[in-house]
Amino acid sequence: MALIEAAGLAIEFPLYHHNARSLKQRILASSRLRLKTDAENRIVVAALRDLSFRIADGERVALIGPNGAGKTTLLRTVAGVYEPVAGRLMIEGEIGSLIDPAAGMDPLLTGRENVVLRALYRGMTAAEGRALAEEVAGFAGLGDFLDVPIRGYSAGMNVRLAFAMATAMTPEILLMDEWFLAGDAEFMARASERLARLVTGAQILLIATHDMAVVRKWCTRCIRLEGGRITADGPVAEVLGPEEEAEAAAMPAS
Amino acid sequence: MPPHAVPVRLFDAADPRRRERALADLAGGLARWRLAWALARSDITHRYRGSVLGPFWLTLSTAVMLGALGFLYAKLFRMDVTDYLPWLTVSLILWNVLSQMVTDATTCLTAAEAVIRQMPLPYSVHALRVVLRNAVIAAHNLPLIGVVFLIFGVPVGWTLLLAIPGLALIAIAGFAASLFLGMVCARFRDIPPIVGSLMQIAFFVSAVIWKPEMVGHWEPYLPLNPVFAVMETVRAPLMGGTGGLAVWLAALSWVGLTVALAWAFFVRFRGRIAFWV
Repeated sequence: MALIEAAGLAIEFPLYHHNARSLKQRILASSRLRLKTDAENRIVVAALRDLSFRIADGERVALIGPNGAGKTTLLRTVAGVYEPVAGRLMIEGEIGSLIDPAAGMDPLLTGRENVVLRALYRGMTAAEGRALAEEVAGFAGLGDFLDVPIRGYSAGMNVRLAFAMATAMTPEILLMDEWFLAGDAEFMARASERLARLVTGAQILLIATHDMAVVRKWCTRCIRLEGGRITADGPVAEVLGPEEEAEAAAMPAS
Repeated sequence: MPPHAVPVRLFDAADPRRRERALADLAGGLARWRLAWALARSDITHRYRGSVLGPFWLTLSTAVMLGALGFLYAKLFRMDVTDYLPWLTVSLILWNVLSQMVTDATTCLTAAEAVIRQMPLPYSVHALRVVLRNAVIAAHNLPLIGVVFLIFGVPVGWTLLLAIPGLALIAIAGFAASLFLGMVCARFRDIPPIVGSLMQIAFFVSAVIWKPEMVGHWEPYLPLNPVFAVMETVRAPLMGGTGGLAVWLAALSWVGLTVALAWAFFVRFRGRIAFWV
């Protein structure tokens, strides 16, 4: 049983480490934008505004929208990183987050040691971490590179490791930013299979992406964010419109 | 993984339940001591990666510093080296622990920015990491005290046991200071340099290189300096004294104050940390 339920959710980023006065003058003068001053007269960016949605078991939801629409902020809020300034958020289920693949990884440690470290981050013991490393080793397909410090890894290898780690912990809710597309075709096929298995149970996938092919292939529902608000929410075909031949042809073979 | 109850997380901005969350953070952070320990250890090993002596550079550089300063200042202060050097050894090593801990505290949250923005981790883990990292460093330096005492034949008595509560006090102070300074320094980026210069002043006013009795009738007022009071709870027992009631009371009050301040800030502003770093 997994569930994400938001009601009137809002996140505001105060702009702290800037010259607030001049920035305020420059931007506020012109703005219908998302910058505003809050009750204490600070400048804040309204990153998410009044979001209400409910994502239930088995849904694979794509977050789409232009850069800066609030997709990653929403992922981080669901992950529990940001506390909303207004509204209510209820999460049921263990969360696995693939937002920044490098975070919490130590470049000087080997892949295997990093898996153990990640297990510690999740509150597991080192022994459980080593067991997990075996599982990750099987899926990531890094071979001997698993025992090499990860600072020598290519971007794709990092992605493999991070993806294998996050999904090996069998989260009920998987949050994903779009960087995982850096994997090669063979890995993408396996990842896709694993994700499919992951979401056939009572589980949720929430993915932020610009790649409409990914949306159509993997997702059942699509939420479009613009300027921190939801502008469309519904089945993929409804939000994106019918798949066009041109769009399909333009996509890379992956 | 064994089957588990589905965790439910509810956040309602109208009812933030801050104290409850802060307590849960503290409990979760302490429960993840294995993580804090692993991070603290790798902080040290990474610093000396590829060097032959490794972390024992810590020991060696302290020893060199003590040798140089010990003889010079004994000469300057016209004191007997056998009397001054053991005292300086204890002072300087304890000072290093305190000052390094405070310096680390100022960056403990900003340095963990990437992790803080990626996953919900109890913030107290970062404070625990500072304490454990400095405990590792101290463990490399404290044996020097034994060596110097042995060389100069300094007698040790039962008061030595009093150093244990003293060290515990330093650890608690370091943990609270890390939470407090970590947050304040994440929000106001001018604080770390201010703390840096204050610690430089503290080095000279806290009786690290000079002995408390040298200031004559000012001596009773020294415990008003928190650094002196806290340091003295370990130094005095090592030097065969107790430190006296005034020092302990002062140290306990200062640490109590730090803890109270850190807790108040932590409860109130914990939810803002992710926006600050």
